[in-house]
Amino acid sequence: MNEATSPIFGNLNWQVTPYTDLLRDVNSSTIVGAGAASVLVLGTIAGVALLTYMRWWGPLYRNWLTSPDAKKIGIMYIALALIMLARGIIEGFVMRTHQATALGTLAQQESGLVAPDHFAQLFSTHGTIMIFFVAMPLLIGLINFVLPQQLGARDMAFPVVNQVSLGLTTVGAALVMISLLIGKFGTGGWTMYPPYTGIEYSPGEGVDYWLWAILISGIGSTLTGMNFAVTIFKERAPGMHFMRMPLFCWTSLCVAIMMIYAMPALTVSSAMLALDRYAGFHFFTNEAGGNMMNYANIFWMFGHPEVYILILPAFGVFSEISSTYSGKRLYGYTSLVIASMSIAVISFTVWLHHFFTMGQSAGVNIAFGIATMIIGIPTGVKIYDWMATMWRGRVRITAPIVYLTGFFLLFVIGGLSGIILANPSIDYQVHNSTFLVAHFHNVIIPGVLYGMLAGIHYWFPKAFGFRLDEAWGRRTAFLFVGGFVFTFLPLYVLGLMGMPRRSPTFQNPDFMPWMYIAGFGAVLMLCALTSLFWTFWTSYRNRLALAVPGGDPWNGSTLEWSTPAPAPEWTFPRIPHVQARHDWGETKRSNDPWRAPKQYCDIEMPSNTPHGLLIAGASFCFAFAMVWHIWWLAILSFLAVPGLIALRGMMIIEPKIIKAAEVEEADCRFRQQVANLSAVTRADEETSRNRGVPDVSEFAG
Amino acid sequence: MSETNLYPGLNLGSGHGEAHDQAETTVFGFWVFVMSDLFIFGILFASYASYLDPIGMAGGPGPQTLFDIKSVAIQTAFLLVGGVAYGGVSIGTKYEHGRTVVIASLLLCAALGAGFLFFEVKDFITQAGKGGVPQASGWLSAYWALVGLHGVHVFSGILWISAMIAQIAVRGLDDVVKVRLSMLGVFWHFLDLIWVGIFSFVFLVPLA
Repeated sequence: MNEATSPIFGNLNWQVTPYTDLLRDVNSSTIVGAGAASVLVLGTIAGVALLTYMRWWGPLYRNWLTSPDAKKIGIMYIALALIMLARGIIEGFVMRTHQATALGTLAQQESGLVAPDHFAQLFSTHGTIMIFFVAMPLLIGLINFVLPQQLGARDMAFPVVNQVSLGLTTVGAALVMISLLIGKFGTGGWTMYPPYTGIEYSPGEGVDYWLWAILISGIGSTLTGMNFAVTIFKERAPGMHFMRMPLFCWTSLCVAIMMIYAMPALTVSSAMLALDRYAGFHFFTNEAGGNMMNYANIFWMFGHPEVYILILPAFGVFSEISSTYSGKRLYGYTSLVIASMSIAVISFTVWLHHFFTMGQSAGVNIAFGIATMIIGIPTGVKIYDWMATMWRGRVRITAPIVYLTGFFLLFVIGGLSGIILANPSIDYQVHNSTFLVAHFHNVIIPGVLYGMLAGIHYWFPKAFGFRLDEAWGRRTAFLFVGGFVFTFLPLYVLGLMGMPRRSPTFQNPDFMPWMYIAGFGAVLMLCALTSLFWTFWTSYRNRLALAVPGGDPWNGSTLEWSTPAPAPEWTFPRIPHVQARHDWGETKRSNDPWRAPKQYCDIEMPSNTPHGLLIAGASFCFAFAMVWHIWWLAILSFLAVPGLIALRGMMIIEPKIIKAAEVEEADCRFRQQVANLSAVTRADEETSRNRGVPDVSEFAG
Repeated sequence: MSETNLYPGLNLGSGHGEAHDQAETTVFGFWVFVMSDLFIFGILFASYASYLDPIGMAGGPGPQTLFDIKSVAIQTAFLLVGGVAYGGVSIGTKYEHGRTVVIASLLLCAALGAGFLFFEVKDFITQAGKGGVPQASGWLSAYWALVGLHGVHVFSGILWISAMIAQIAVRGLDDVVKVRLSMLGVFWHFLDLIWVGIFSFVFLVPLA
């Protein structure tokens, strides 16, 4: 940063990579840094080489990157999330390893695997990645894939906007990734509180990487929220009344509404911080009338609804799987709908509990403390509803049910520690300690991660035509449960013993046993991650044995199970007319559920376009240029975005027409296939006899 | 909601067939988007209020020194008349008065918007000359961010109007263009709404 800014390369020079640090001083911290950068570089090279060797560039571009199909966009979101999940878990492992080796003495305070500044980058990227580039793409991806199918729609309301949203999210993830190699990431945690992250105390590119990643992906998420909401309001199949929608659609609606209202707050707080840093504004500075607590307020106006944005889709998944894998109708549908909506509304009234210690009056704290405790009630209602759904059902212990059971046991602990923290006077004692770290991991991992992985396991056959291996799926689930227990429950104890969060060093030897247990838990989490990827790989290899062309491997009751697996581009040969809440279940109870529609029509689908890709490319160049102060590139790429939109506006875009004959041919082939496959009972669900055609004499939904 | 009124505001009407149906989803979606945008402005309004005190002004120039209420009144007139002028676009499209009427109304809107921007930028320059730059205090940061963001919106509106004029000239008033004109209408009136808030709370409240 000492050299003058170059007009062409901005602040970029050869000194910014971690290899420079490694050359300057070889120690465990610089080795870890350079190693991470090397993994990124080698991974990219390997990816490019594989795509080139397999000649996949063309298919990747034609079938995926330019596709406006919500199902494919959903799969791409989830692929992105899994890549980022790998980095996030590895970072968590490095942090736990560091703390297991970080016991210092009063004379020699710093110790452990990585340097304090490096540790701060680790917890900042870990939080940013896990929230914005794992949890968000996972749930957005899952909703993209499932929602239109459950509503009886062919696509999202705005397919091209959807593509742009995916592009913008990927840009954010790419910025965080590239900060491994070029420059450093911010050290202010995933919330990046000023004034520490202001230009005075955090000069350099770190905070800017975060800012642009958040601003750009945040716009993508806002557009996604709008897209989901409009899809639910306007694209439901005829007869799909609101109170007939599957619960997953309801929670998606809650998520959409929350995204529309919450994401702008994040955009505003980040934009204000950017103005402070780039243009010398005084929103959050110490001097000249700045007020950093405004940042905390605006950030958490987004941040608290955000945690419910994360959890509600998981609640939707649990509602689907608890019913399907118990062979019972969902208990308390209406109460679940009301509970979801209550959570969505109340979540906007609790943000202040993130800074009880700010110094406002006790009365204000109490009001927000009570609101926080109240939000536990609808959540409790849901847990009882799911348990009642499973009560006396024919529960099969599939991987999603392992996740659900783990969720029941662990999430309740996390929720209760949340109620404890909601009490301001207790919060004063344990705030900013690892007790808090344990609490939010305790709700996010069993809630969001288990929910999303359960959802992936549940809908995977619909996306790819074959089931995931149940044995490996269960092993993964058990490892994630065990990994969580060992990693995070000790942090409750450590927090109560006084261990501050985000601390790179400590001098109390009594912490060590708990640190070792947590370190062991981190090893289990790594094993779980490996096992997760192994599940995909081994299932892919056995895809013939696991194939479920009948499309209904779990005897489900919602519309998406009525189509082939993998679902065709147009999803439904004719838009279904919904008669009941559990429409596909009801259809299976009537005669001949797989009867063909009377006639087929041409289907209009949105045509492929590179629009999302181009906008993402321009946004990436803009963000990267802003981070490194390469002004010419920033201006050019910024202008490119409205230019691209205006250009597309001038073009007359014809939809892709799929001929009725083609639909009929594919649909008849599917129905023929279903007729030839033998039906499978639930008892044989896990065996290779499961071809996706359930025994309709067994009750579904 | 009646069959011909698919979203709040002036609908194209069922005489427009395909475009009317398309507008249901698209313009509704745009309403949702604008609602999200409104939230951005809402937070900026709240921030402005929180910096509007001696601590936030930090000894820098205050509203009494900087605000020229006459110029703000002129800006208000330009913007609100611009809103009325958009009626020419909406009605001209709905009742098929032909593309000349629509383009002329769009040009009028753009001109009035540009007039608004001219006076606004002039004010900004004058204020900066008096030391009222956004770097001077938290309150001025909030003022420039809020009023500036509205100005950027008006500028984007003018760009959008230009793009629509180009589209009408090249493609004619086809279904897609008609739907987009309906969305532009929502956007253009939204800017008036925000301005009413700015005029009242940003300018009048501190001067009162």
